[in-house]
Amino acid sequence: MPTKKIPVGAHYGWQDWLAQRVTAIIMVLFSIVIIGFFMIKGGANYGDWKELFRSQLFRILALLFFLSVYYHAWIGIKDVLMDYIKPAGLRISLQVLVLLLLLACSIWSVTIIWGT
Amino acid sequence: MKFIIERYDPDQDQKPYFKEYDIQLEPSDRMLLDALIRIKSIDDTLALRRSCREGICGSDAMNINGKNGLACITKIVDLKEPVKLRPLPGLPIIRDLIVDMTQFFKQYHSIKPFVINNDPPPEKERLQSPEERLELDGLYECILCACCSTSCPSFWWNPDKFVGPAGLLAAYRFIADSRDQAVNERLDNLEDPYRLFRCHTIMNCVDVCPKGLNPSLAIGKIKEMMVRRGV
Ligand code: SF4
Ligand code: SF4
Ligand code: FES
Repeated sequence: MPTKKIPVGAHYGWQDWLAQRVTAIIMVLFSIVIIGFFMIKGGANYGDWKELFRSQLFRILALLFFLSVYYHAWIGIKDVLMDYIKPAGLRISLQVLVLLLLLACSIWSVTIIWGT
Repeated sequence: MKFIIERYDPDQDQKPYFKEYDIQLEPSDRMLLDALIRIKSIDDTLALRRSCREGICGSDAMNINGKNGLACITKIVDLKEPVKLRPLPGLPIIRDLIVDMTQFFKQYHSIKPFVINNDPPPEKERLQSPEERLELDGLYECILCACCSTSCPSFWWNPDKFVGPAGLLAAYRFIADSRDQAVNERLDNLEDPYRLFRCHTIMNCVDVCPKGLNPSLAIGKIKEMMVRRGV
């Protein structure tokens, strides 16, 4: 164990903070587009969804949306872990677990979006 | 009027407990501090800090009906009965309503709360234009009562690492000061996921500040400066 002194000054932090905001904006914009699309259509059925996802551009936008969700979630969960989990070893284990989980979600999202 | 006050004397009590007081107030008792002094005249074992009794020294901060504030500028007529008084949350209790502010001031000192300027001092004083001076409004008025930091969940969980709203407001007060030359060192010092970025803009600090200050806004400005510096 190193000394009991508490060092701070990790020289990062604003990147996460900025990413949290940027991903939030992406999530809102994408939601507006989706809601807007179905408002114009006047409802959403399987055919409409299928039509929407035929376009490659839309698939990329959808992936961007999902990656934003996961990255946003990662920063949020990491923050919660940093707030409440004091032992550093346990904290990093949980962080790795969450990262792996979100990575799996990302891969899964790709397979779904380009599934058909 | 009925009061329920948290009492704790570490030398005698196992843990804090609540004691009820039903006291007759005089017409001259207008602020909560007046009532507390009246209670103390009946029960002199009650311990509390106070000094200026006009919202300047910041010593009588406490948790009043669940919200932090200064007893001396809290009007009795505005309080719901029974008035429940507790010491500031999150800090170790020394006795009754008196808390140990060491951690709070440690964080305050960590931001170097003084103007850093290496130029030789001019004959009279370092001048500011009225516009430069204006930037300090809403920052310099802080009386370090700790109402804000002890209402901030982030400070409760990490008082040893997170500077807290009062310290960060003070940090921005010197960052914004035209006479200060250490803006980069100050930003370096705060560029940390704990020291600054534990603030999740919960805004409890803004809600409780008895001087009407907005630490959350100042914190946002520090974050913005850091982003502008880094992108
Ligand atoms: S910002 Fe307000 S609540 Fe916080 S210490 Fe200063 S005066 Fe007190
Ligand atoms: S805005 Fe930040 S400093 Fe203020 S109470 Fe919330 S987390 Fe604490
Ligand atoms: S006694 Fe000084 S602020 Fe209340």
